[in-house]
Amino acid sequence: MNDINVMMVGVGGHGVILASDGMAEVGVENGYDVKKTDTLGMAQRGGSVLSHVRWGQHVFSPMIKKGEVDFLMGFEQLETARWAPYLKPGGVAIVADVTVIPVSIAGGKVPYPSADEVKRILLQYTDRVYMTASARIAQETGNPRAMNMAMLGFLSQFLPLPPEAWTDIMRQRLPPKFVESSVDAFTRGAAEAKAIIESKESGT
Amino acid sequence: MKQLLSGNEAMALGAYHAGIAVATAYPGTPSTEILESIARMEGVYTEWSTNEKVALEVGMGAAYSGVRALVSMKHVGLNVAADPFFAASTTGIVGGLVVVSCDDPGEHSSQGEQDNRHFARFAKVPMLEPTDSQEAYDLMLLAFDISEQFDTPVLFRATTRISHCKTVVDVSRERENASRRAGFTRAPQKYVMVPSNARVRRHSMEERIEKLKAYFEGFPHNQMLLADRSLGVISCGVAYQYAREVFRDTSHLKLTTLYPFPADLIRKFAGEVDRVIVVEELDPYIEDEVRRMGIDVFGKDFIPIIGELNPEIVENGAVEAGLIPAPQQPAKKPETPAPQLPLRRPQLCAGCPHVAAEYVLRKLGFKSAETGKELAADELIVTSDIGCYTLGVYPPLAALDTCACMGASIGQALGLEKAGVPNKIVAVLGDSTFMHSGITGLIDVVYNQGNITVIILDNETTAMTGHQGHPGTGVSARGVKGGRVELESLVKGIGIEDVNVVSAFDIASLEATIKRCIASDGPSVIISRGACRLAVRAKAAPYEVDADLCAGCFDCMDLGCPALFVSGDVVRIDAEACAGCGVCAQVCVQEAITKVES
Repeated sequence: MNDINVMMVGVGGHGVILASDGMAEVGVENGYDVKKTDTLGMAQRGGSVLSHVRWGQHVFSPMIKKGEVDFLMGFEQLETARWAPYLKPGGVAIVADVTVIPVSIAGGKVPYPSADEVKRILLQYTDRVYMTASARIAQETGNPRAMNMAMLGFLSQFLPLPPEAWTDIMRQRLPPKFVESSVDAFTRGAAEAKAIIESKESGT
Repeated sequence: MKQLLSGNEAMALGAYHAGIAVATAYPGTPSTEILESIARMEGVYTEWSTNEKVALEVGMGAAYSGVRALVSMKHVGLNVAADPFFAASTTGIVGGLVVVSCDDPGEHSSQGEQDNRHFARFAKVPMLEPTDSQEAYDLMLLAFDISEQFDTPVLFRATTRISHCKTVVDVSRERENASRRAGFTRAPQKYVMVPSNARVRRHSMEERIEKLKAYFEGFPHNQMLLADRSLGVISCGVAYQYAREVFRDTSHLKLTTLYPFPADLIRKFAGEVDRVIVVEELDPYIEDEVRRMGIDVFGKDFIPIIGELNPEIVENGAVEAGLIPAPQQPAKKPETPAPQLPLRRPQLCAGCPHVAAEYVLRKLGFKSAETGKELAADELIVTSDIGCYTLGVYPPLAALDTCACMGASIGQALGLEKAGVPNKIVAVLGDSTFMHSGITGLIDVVYNQGNITVIILDNETTAMTGHQGHPGTGVSARGVKGGRVELESLVKGIGIEDVNVVSAFDIASLEATIKRCIASDGPSVIISRGACRLAVRAKAAPYEVDADLCAGCFDCMDLGCPALFVSGDVVRIDAEACAGCGVCAQVCVQEAITKVES
């Protein structure tokens, strides 16, 4: 059983905590020792949100060491760039199509990085950078807040558990009215990942 | 049954299974979820107390009746509760009394950093500290037994990474002791601390510590793990987890009883290894104790005394000190320097009721953007307090001059006035903070004939910690109707005659009222009333900018509203984010901002 270190970053309101809680539950259900911790100082007030989720045989530290993140899940692009140095060389960066301009630059002082710039920063740490359409996918399900579930769907394609391991927990834990759209977003996110991975492997 | 629980949830469940009948707290990060969890359980009286001192006094009363009580607070809350904490140590208890202090290394959401382990030694109270949620649960059960067996309150210390970290917990117990009946036994020698009784109790306190020392020597949760004997690491709390992560093959001693120290166990461990090091967050608390025992020890030489630890800080320190070999360098080296990325500070929300008042204060009283030089006499001094509104210190609002501790704004304002500064002084604090400890300052202002203006930003909740009730809301910890203390009656009742209630979203009224109050003699209070946008007030129809009318003056950007942004040479409003408070429309001289017609 290899340790799996996942860091999820974003800003308040993107469902980072719900996604990391869900991933932690999936790990426990499937026999992993799990630790998860959040840094969300004042997230509801526009601050950044950061979750560490660790699955393993026996996990000591809840926080992942710099350079040991297997999967960096970026729910917001600037925050993803900020945490890029935590990626393990060869780790996977999964980046949502979401940008939130901080008030500090709303007047226009330090520029917000473009999607290409974010990607370039990530590529300094790993070759495996995936720019996803998670927010668009969530829109298509009719529940824009399910962006986090589309992200989990994307991640699930890299992890050794079947889709049901994830969707079962979603059915148990989410309010009933959000279950179908969340599972839908998860499934579409997984399909998106599969398509991208296959096209990469076939060299197209 | 295995569950994934945060440290706070595990402490709550442990206390519940230990049979607590009473749980009290004042909300404060990272401790808040303890009482919130208990409030969802049946059979426990729970309350948000006015402040931590009251919370602990209520806990003491309950414990005197023979039932078990849990009192929880953040680290600085124990400063507020220090008086009853020492008193409870002196009298002892009957039913178990556990005081949880959740420290916040790194000040994720605090005005200061402090290591509350010192409080245990200071007050001569035994202290337990868990290393994960499982231990938080297990130790909480034991804490109540220790409290009763040794007639003492127990300090249960956690930190942010214990309180807010979820780990797997095997919940083994059912609720016990719940059938205990409260009954008070008259015992003035124990409960009435006149000097003659207190002197006798002092002896009991010292005897108690001696007995606890012996008891902790065999405490099952202090664990010695012998492996490579060249190095022996002593650690506690979450630092133990970092130590295990970084020092993989060495010997470890995990301490969960931090006061009194199990000296024999530490000596035994030191005897088994060639060299003793200590990995602990904040102060050299264990290290000093070990050194006092005459053991050569290495600790803060390689672990910082300031801030929160994490595995890489511990690893880097250990590598630099030559304790472990350097890890292999990553294959891929990033370019240097790292690219500049914009900061993301926390900010007041779109539609926040604090914005207009702080904007007016900025406009009226902050003539120069310069800091570091004495104020001109026509500028305002704005003393502030702890709450969401403290975020108004950041640009563009930048409208605050102080923030120290709960309730301090009013006393500070009076002190500045009595010292003789030429400026007008306004104290700004929230409704919950005012109830917590602002009221005593205001009584002082009335008594000593102060001439300051106090603005109570009444958002009808304790917003910063996640919308808990307080006496002014009339909503209990369980979310049901409770008694309500009306702010304006309270303020009038202590003798403030100039009391004003103004809409928090009406800039003209706020400005006129503040101007009048600071110009008039005598103390005045302005209650700026408007419900918190998060969780309390529903969104209204959003506003929009007529791009043809917008002159690009960007005056509205001085509000710092996250719904406003610059697009080209005009301002736009993010309709999704806008809460419809209309404050920006009042600021716009071009009248370019209007409500979206539905």
